[in-house]
Amino acid sequence: MSIVNVDEKLGVDKFHVDEGNAHIVLRESPDLAEYHKLFLACPAGLYKIDDNGVCRFDCAGCLECGTCRVLCGDTLLTKWEFPAGGMGVEFRYG
Amino acid sequence: MSDFDAIIVGGGLAGLTTAYLLAKESAEVLLIERGNFAGAKNMTGGRLYSHSLEKILPGFAGEAPVERRVTREKVSLMTGDSSVTVDYFSPGLAQPGQDSYTVLRADFDQWLAGRAEAEGAQIVTGIKVDDILIRDGQVRGIVAGGDEMEADVTVLADGVNSLLAQKLGLRAELPPQQVAVGVKELIALPASVIEDRFQCRTGEGTAWLFAGQPSGGRVGGGFLYTNKESVSLGVVCTLSDLIAGNATLPQLLENFKRHPAVAPLVEGGKLIEYSGHLVPEGGLAMIPRLVTDGALIVGDAAGFCINLGYTVRGMDFAVGSGEYAAQAILQAKQAGNFSAESLDAYRSALEESFIMQDMRLYHKFPHFMETTPRIFAGYPEMASDLMAQLFVVDGQRPQPLYKKAGRSLKTVGTLNLILDALRGVRAL
Repeated sequence: MSIVNVDEKLGVDKFHVDEGNAHIVLRESPDLAEYHKLFLACPAGLYKIDDNGVCRFDCAGCLECGTCRVLCGDTLLTKWEFPAGGMGVEFRYG
Repeated sequence: MSDFDAIIVGGGLAGLTTAYLLAKESAEVLLIERGNFAGAKNMTGGRLYSHSLEKILPGFAGEAPVERRVTREKVSLMTGDSSVTVDYFSPGLAQPGQDSYTVLRADFDQWLAGRAEAEGAQIVTGIKVDDILIRDGQVRGIVAGGDEMEADVTVLADGVNSLLAQKLGLRAELPPQQVAVGVKELIALPASVIEDRFQCRTGEGTAWLFAGQPSGGRVGGGFLYTNKESVSLGVVCTLSDLIAGNATLPQLLENFKRHPAVAPLVEGGKLIEYSGHLVPEGGLAMIPRLVTDGALIVGDAAGFCINLGYTVRGMDFAVGSGEYAAQAILQAKQAGNFSAESLDAYRSALEESFIMQDMRLYHKFPHFMETTPRIFAGYPEMASDLMAQLFVVDGQRPQPLYKKAGRSLKTVGTLNLILDALRGVRAL
């Protein structure tokens, strides 16, 4: 099996990054079982687990689908909003 | 006195259709879209069945940026390395009234926005609606960036997540068993290559759905749609089941793309966009309260979507719901009454329309899919095994057909097969 490189795929997308204005915020020290759900389900692969088993999340690259809010809005996230107007992903094709 | 007859939140097909029809009847309409243009946040697999938009804009496919008219429908059952496919080609699929088109939303939605603007609708983009304006218990418009804007009717066309419907208490948070997440690669290929690989003429194309391997054997599936100069390849998985597996969604798409039956179809293609979106797949069970004093809900926000495995619909419902919303708003305007009772004409019209007729007819299907894991892991293997029995010639002593078929059936159990078939047929 060839391991997917999602970051490379996201690299072709157009984003207006809202620096310093995260639209998704995670709790401190998230529950690992909950986090694992998002590791599986986030289409952008933003909920990473590094080689040492440490959770690494950055909302840059978000496709704004809402999956993480639906799955873990109550358990992991302290904030889930759409990015500010005009910010975030911009589908050139859709 | 309100600033507008209607404020529409969201520039997708439902919102744009509402805006177009209201503006056409000289209503004062403001549509607010958070992306930098209508369509900037929208994506589809996908294919638009033309019938509902055709009613509103006859002959639209002649001028709108559609990709290809679908003349070939395919459904495949896939194992890790094999694929069994039903391939239906018919010019009948392209006949006016029953034709459907692959589309890419950034272009398509901008075109519809242009039509709405030409009728006088005001469309502002790059502005996010933060909240609903409520006065005396009635929706009176929206709040965006600290500014309040008033309208007699507010239309929530803000998509599957509809945070505004949740804020208004018209709907709770989406349950993970009622939504699927889709991920898609848009892969550029020359038109001539697409026409060769998919056996289609210029302007014509294929819609193709897959069960089995693409979703890793879990509830979901793969899709492939041919566009003019690109192929949309993706995977959709029901959230509640996806998280019970062990493969990540991006990995499932990568595996699907590398499947030996799929890889040659996209070989040499260049990834030009990677997108994701939620799909409201709960059917009738997830439709929220559609109307309240001064507001109504249309499109994906209202959960108007049907996935039957061999066909997926949402955009034709979005357009249709926009039409019924516009009619109800115009009636309410005439009566000068924007209460829930008055706007309930929208819900009544929907009940009589193809939208709710279809949602009702297929109301058992989401549950059937969810509770029949063999569709996703079991039947693809059985079909593959059966084909191998039929087609593999290896010089060994042959067996009669009934024995061959019987062996394949055993993999899932004949009784299971019969029961699933009966349940499936009853859910359709």
